[in-house]
Amino acid sequence: MTLNQVIFDNVSFRYAEDQPWVLKNVSFSIKQDEWVAILGHNGSGKSTIAKLMNGLLFPDEGAIYVHGMEVTPETVWDVREKVGMVFQNPDNQFVGTTVRDDVAFGLENRGIDRRIMLNRIEDSLTSVRMSDYLFHEPHRLSGGQKQRVAIAGVLAIQPELIILDEATAMLDPRGRKDIMMTVNDLREETKVNLVSITHDLNEIVGADRVIVMNEGEIWLETVPRELFKQEEALRQIGLDVPFTAKVTNRLKDIMDFDQQPLTQKELLDQLWTFHSKK
Amino acid sequence: MASSLIIGQYVPADSVVHKLDPRTKIMMIFTFVIIVFFANNAYSYLWLTVFSLSAAALTKVKPRFLLKGLKPVWFLIVFTFLLHLFVTREGDVLTTLLGFPVYSGALIQGFQISLRFFLLILVTSLLTLTTTPIEITDAIETLLHPLKKIKFPVHELALMMSISLRFIPTLMQETEKISKAQASRGVDFKTGPLKERIQAVVPLLVPLFVSAFKRAEELAMAMEARGYRGGEGRTRLRELEIVARDYVAIGLFLVVMVGLFYLRT
Repeated sequence: MTLNQVIFDNVSFRYAEDQPWVLKNVSFSIKQDEWVAILGHNGSGKSTIAKLMNGLLFPDEGAIYVHGMEVTPETVWDVREKVGMVFQNPDNQFVGTTVRDDVAFGLENRGIDRRIMLNRIEDSLTSVRMSDYLFHEPHRLSGGQKQRVAIAGVLAIQPELIILDEATAMLDPRGRKDIMMTVNDLREETKVNLVSITHDLNEIVGADRVIVMNEGEIWLETVPRELFKQEEALRQIGLDVPFTAKVTNRLKDIMDFDQQPLTQKELLDQLWTFHSKK
Repeated sequence: MASSLIIGQYVPADSVVHKLDPRTKIMMIFTFVIIVFFANNAYSYLWLTVFSLSAAALTKVKPRFLLKGLKPVWFLIVFTFLLHLFVTREGDVLTTLLGFPVYSGALIQGFQISLRFFLLILVTSLLTLTTTPIEITDAIETLLHPLKKIKFPVHELALMMSISLRFIPTLMQETEKISKAQASRGVDFKTGPLKERIQAVVPLLVPLFVSAFKRAEELAMAMEARGYRGGEGRTRLRELEIVARDYVAIGLFLVVMVGLFYLRT
């Protein structure tokens, strides 16, 4: 039986009584081992979902369950034990004076023994390829490196669920690619339960499922392959499909595809085998 | 630019003083600051000078750096000496300088006071030269630990210090960025009358404060998300440990103290 790791049950939220709803009757569930991408443009409510998931905010209506526990002010610390979160700004989540101290922060908060701490720091930094930077200060690291340290800090607490809240939004293309590579590797190695929140469709390629948010409501729930076909509709809610998908959608008039290609490699493979299949 | 952002004046080196527990160093230096005032004759001053200079030599920090640390106080040391030279009227008149009589007692007094001053500055600067700011923070946290009983927020104070240390370089980089952005819009920081230059700082400070507050808010949220709920039940990665080396240092320091009280009159 696959457990539902996260359940949103008719959740509505607004920041203040006199303000419009940020989320309106949102319901979805995320299974164990699943990677779900939550997609939407600015102000679509996607980051609010992340904050609701580990009790940084609480819903006005409806209920949220994480790993079988309802998220309430009473259970919030137990929920946070199980949920690791990486935020958007690489600088504003780096607490320690060195890489090692920063990864340790979450472990120190949980009162974990020092010897176990040292092992976990080493392991988690190795899995994000940052173990050579143990004693570096944050100002000597690039944005991408800082985000990798943030991911290591989350891995070290061995969470049931990792949330990436626009973790790549403030990075340059290289740092972005680097983080996505790290995340993909992690998924392959550990099958960790992942929720990634983004407005960049390039970053949902690896996800099992996509939830598209628009104006506080779930606009569509589908798989990446299907989503890439909906170029026109996506553009109307302010989202742009990747170049690969654009090329494919233009070529559809003159050729048939076996399936919607997700990556450039898949597209190329279909193009060069096209003639031989006929 | 980043490499020049070493906070304080810490000079990394592989010396026994660097390796000493910061608590040992702080306590010894604190005691030294007090016992310096007990020296009252040539022997006791010589004894303390020998101690201070050998401590400085043990740090393996180049004399150049030591003198650099003393630079801002040279003036004060010389000034103290001259003040005593002209004001004190004890002993025999040795000579006249610029129309003032110089007494032998004044010479001794001036020399003693400025030497005391010199030793104080030298020894206290050894702490910051051989100890990283974060080590000092850790030491303060453990040394102040007993104050917890009277509800003094020791852990919070230490956390504040370490977060400030971590954000100094970040905010300095930001200041540079903002000042360049404002300069490119025509704000002149470098020329003009003082009043205008002070006014020019306002467009620098306002965005800096706005972003610092935003940072603080986001950092607080990130810390909460990472399970931070105050000092209770927290373990520590950086552990301070008093080892054999520290006992030897404390032992030697006690010898210095006993020697001083034996030598003074």
